[in-house]
Amino acid sequence: MQVYLPIAEMSLDVFLLLGLGGAIGFLSGMFGVGGGFLLTPMLIFIGVPPAVAVATQANQVVASSVSGVLAHWSRGNVDFRMGGVLLGGGILGSTAGVFIFGVLKSIGQIDLVIALAYVLLLGIIGVTMLQEALRAMLRRRDPKPPVRKLHQHIWVHGLPFKMRFRKSRLYISALLPIGVGFLVGLLAALLGVGGAFLMVPAMIYLLGMPTTIVVGTSLFQIIFVAANVTLLQAVQNQTVDAVLAAILVLGGVVGAQIGGRLGGKLKGDQLRILLALLVFVVASGLAYELVATPDELYSIAPLGLPL
Amino acid sequence: MTGRFAIATTLSLLLVAAPAPRLASATPLVADLSDHLIAITTDFTGTDVLLFGAVDGPGDVVVVVRGPVNDATVRRKERVAGIWVNRESVEFRAVPSFYAIASTRPLDEILDLPTRMRHSIGIDTLRLSAPEAERSLLPEFRAALERIKTAEQLYRPDVIDVTFLGDTLFRADFQFPSNVSTGSYVVEVLLIREGEVASAQTTPLVISKSGIGADIYQFAHVNSFFYGLASVSIALLAGWIAHLVFRRI
Repeated sequence: MQVYLPIAEMSLDVFLLLGLGGAIGFLSGMFGVGGGFLLTPMLIFIGVPPAVAVATQANQVVASSVSGVLAHWSRGNVDFRMGGVLLGGGILGSTAGVFIFGVLKSIGQIDLVIALAYVLLLGIIGVTMLQEALRAMLRRRDPKPPVRKLHQHIWVHGLPFKMRFRKSRLYISALLPIGVGFLVGLLAALLGVGGAFLMVPAMIYLLGMPTTIVVGTSLFQIIFVAANVTLLQAVQNQTVDAVLAAILVLGGVVGAQIGGRLGGKLKGDQLRILLALLVFVVASGLAYELVATPDELYSIAPLGLPL
Repeated sequence: MTGRFAIATTLSLLLVAAPAPRLASATPLVADLSDHLIAITTDFTGTDVLLFGAVDGPGDVVVVVRGPVNDATVRRKERVAGIWVNRESVEFRAVPSFYAIASTRPLDEILDLPTRMRHSIGIDTLRLSAPEAERSLLPEFRAALERIKTAEQLYRPDVIDVTFLGDTLFRADFQFPSNVSTGSYVVEVLLIREGEVASAQTTPLVISKSGIGADIYQFAHVNSFFYGLASVSIALLAGWIAHLVFRRI
């Protein structure tokens, strides 16, 4: 059944979109990743204009993070003070990102930047995931725990404006979470991703937060960053497709719940390797399109949109 | 189905009128469309529009359908460090978003080029100006524009058949794909005799979004701030509902 997407201005099969939303939701429920970094390239693959895919995806991220954060909140795993500081940086970053997005769109380079950034990010994520999964498998065979220092002192701990984060049991410079928030917000706006895949490692390794608090806190601030991106994209670029977002959200929430339930029962490592491979496939698909000689070297962009 | 019925009635009226002695004041050409309004609704996948009419004697019929004009930027990719990047661009002014031609015979058998130019019949006769662009780039970029529009089924370089039913009645079918632009279209019907335009009639055709899709599009473009707020609110609500629903299961 075809459905006409009023902002993307094209017809797509509603079951394909539901399936896509569901499959990504399934993965996100199973692996605890937002899934935006896979859904946006998938949407671009099936023909949604990249600008619409990114902006609409940000809207979908709002919905999926809300249902995620509520679950974490009920377990008391959200550091609101840390979330607030991260959010400050996130709002600045995402606002800058939407502005850059608009500029790139007007000079015709937005599709290139989105594709390049995705190839780079997915490549890095794929490698990291594969490494971690393989290391975990090896560790199980050789059950000697790695020796790690309790608290490492690097240059970041010398920064000014120190703040106390009780829940995270940290006393660090506020500039650090603001910087992390800014970078992730920038990516959220440019790529339509929640940024959890960057935020979570940064919070663990750079800020040194306890892992139990990390996911809930990152989801908490992602809600607001994604909401900010959606709002700004809607105002500046008019690229948020409400119909597309609704279908993706519907498929996504159902998929996420099923994935979450299944994920608890299944062995993680092999699945992680599979996800890493999937990430690689998407990345190489995008990379191939950047390098391969296109069938059509020319493209048309309408100037003013008539009402 | 009301369109069908209207055609049937009009055709039968024309049939009744045809054998009557030709009055001096009678128009040599009458034509109309099965629909004057195409509504793009949420299940829109493209549509067909039937043009029908009658002529008062021998001659060829040519129909030109033009979509609303927009400015358009055509960009060309070039390989930079192994990656294909948009480099050169040409901004064309007043590009018809849709262009299709129907005719009883191939155009060059009916009309010579100057006449076609004068009435701008044929994609090659479109006056696409690009005041700021480099002259040398124009032919290639224009060809690309036509090629892409053709691939999107928005330009029809192949002439569509106008078929005669008997000596006086004719019909032509036009297809509009799902990516068609909204706005006011002009359908021009020309009666050609001895290489000249003997009679002409224009009929408007409006394509507009309708129903919820139209409301969403309007909302997004006119009140974009509140549209953004609404989108965010719906997403917040959806996430909350999902949490409530699945907590119980």
